[in-house]
Amino acid sequence: MSERSGFGMRPSGNGSHESSADGSPASPSAEADAGEPLRPLDPDARIDLASERRESQADEVLDGLEADLVGLAPVKTRIREIAALLLVDRMRSRFGIVSGRPSLHMCFTGSPGTGKTTVAVRLAELLHRLGYIRKGHLVSVTRDDLVGQYVGHTAPKTKEVLKRAMGGVLFIDEAYYLYRAENERDYGQESIEILLQVMENQRDDLVVVLAGYKDRMDSFFASNPGMSSRIAHHIDFPDYTTGELEAIGHLMLEREGYTLDPGTVPVFRDYLERRRDQPRFANARSVRNAIERARLRHASRLLAAGGPVGRPELTTLKPDDFLASRVFTLRQ
Amino acid sequence: MRITQGTFSYLPDLTDDEISAQIAYALEHGWPCSVEFTDDPHPRNDYWEMWGLPMFDMADPAAVLYEINECRRAYPNLYIRLNAYDASYGRQTTALSFIVQRPAEEPGFRLDREETSDRRVRVRMHPYALDRPQGERYAGNGHAETP
Repeated sequence: MSERSGFGMRPSGNGSHESSADGSPASPSAEADAGEPLRPLDPDARIDLASERRESQADEVLDGLEADLVGLAPVKTRIREIAALLLVDRMRSRFGIVSGRPSLHMCFTGSPGTGKTTVAVRLAELLHRLGYIRKGHLVSVTRDDLVGQYVGHTAPKTKEVLKRAMGGVLFIDEAYYLYRAENERDYGQESIEILLQVMENQRDDLVVVLAGYKDRMDSFFASNPGMSSRIAHHIDFPDYTTGELEAIGHLMLEREGYTLDPGTVPVFRDYLERRRDQPRFANARSVRNAIERARLRHASRLLAAGGPVGRPELTTLKPDDFLASRVFTLRQ
Repeated sequence: MRITQGTFSYLPDLTDDEISAQIAYALEHGWPCSVEFTDDPHPRNDYWEMWGLPMFDMADPAAVLYEINECRRAYPNLYIRLNAYDASYGRQTTALSFIVQRPAEEPGFRLDREETSDRRVRVRMHPYALDRPQGERYAGNGHAETP
């Protein structure tokens, strides 16, 4: 009998021992500290902060954030602060100091194309490495995924999404569409209520990130004060300067395996400056689209010219590839 | 009499942490979980009521445990079990199934003998709980709530 119960039950037996000793059921720190005794450290013990930091591998994500994302200084600062807090909290818990789990629900506001989704993906990974969330996946949804079409449809739909996001980050893009002020019987309200309830009661299980344009987000919070107060971190993503956009463009080109002809660099900068003043400018997304169109022109230029081509021709974008853009003709 | 059905049934009832660990094991293997409940403890009762649909695309045990707790709240005094399906065989195959809640008091079974032709005796098992109509079977032991 003893052999039989040991057979299937060993993993779960261990698990229960760990988390019951830890005091908090299914806490991720119990998982992270699995190798060590869970008895609190002596009050006069010392922990090496640097090695602890290395162990969490959070720096890799932070450095990746620094290297891959141009600009966004306030965002990076806030994320570093959060990482520091989680790391310190983890060490406090080693000494047996009980502090509440920090609330990490966030709101990302900013113009289109300022990197809100990209940062959210990195954030999920970072929180996972620091042991705040258990899985580190990102579930990205919009109003369509949360709000139903008829009475009684919304609650199961929202709950389904919330369950899928548990253990990770729920990213709600353009969250203000959830609330439609003009229609008070809109089902979005129901969705918001469920969201609020889960954000409050299951803080251990998921992190909710709302994203959207600044002004519309502000009016969304004005009509849903409960939502605003449950979100601890309101992070504003600033628009990129032309220099930053240029750096982003170069980064994108490099990743796609293209280079700019020396003559193209000023043209590209000029293009970005002109494009900024056009309507519907979407920061990094517009840069991406510009590069996509330049690639099209580059390809058809090569085909039209005919003849043999080598590696330099295939990878170099010429000024003409950008100058053909509508942006340049509009101004004159 | 304590009903023993499904995996782990000879062990003491699993705690929520242990249930979480089992769910995590199932999810790791890509087995979707579902929650079912019943008030008919007969071992041949294959048709338990479903608590919602099976849960696909879940990443974390907390989501499944949440549904278990919702079901417990709605039916605090019925049998509730958790199933995990292994779809990799191309047919519905239960890979793991265990009871996560049982009534506070389980009256157990009696054997009914029935004489049939040629002095043959047939024996059948009769759960005492079935003497009462559905919905009242476990009502008499402290918990007023019934399905």
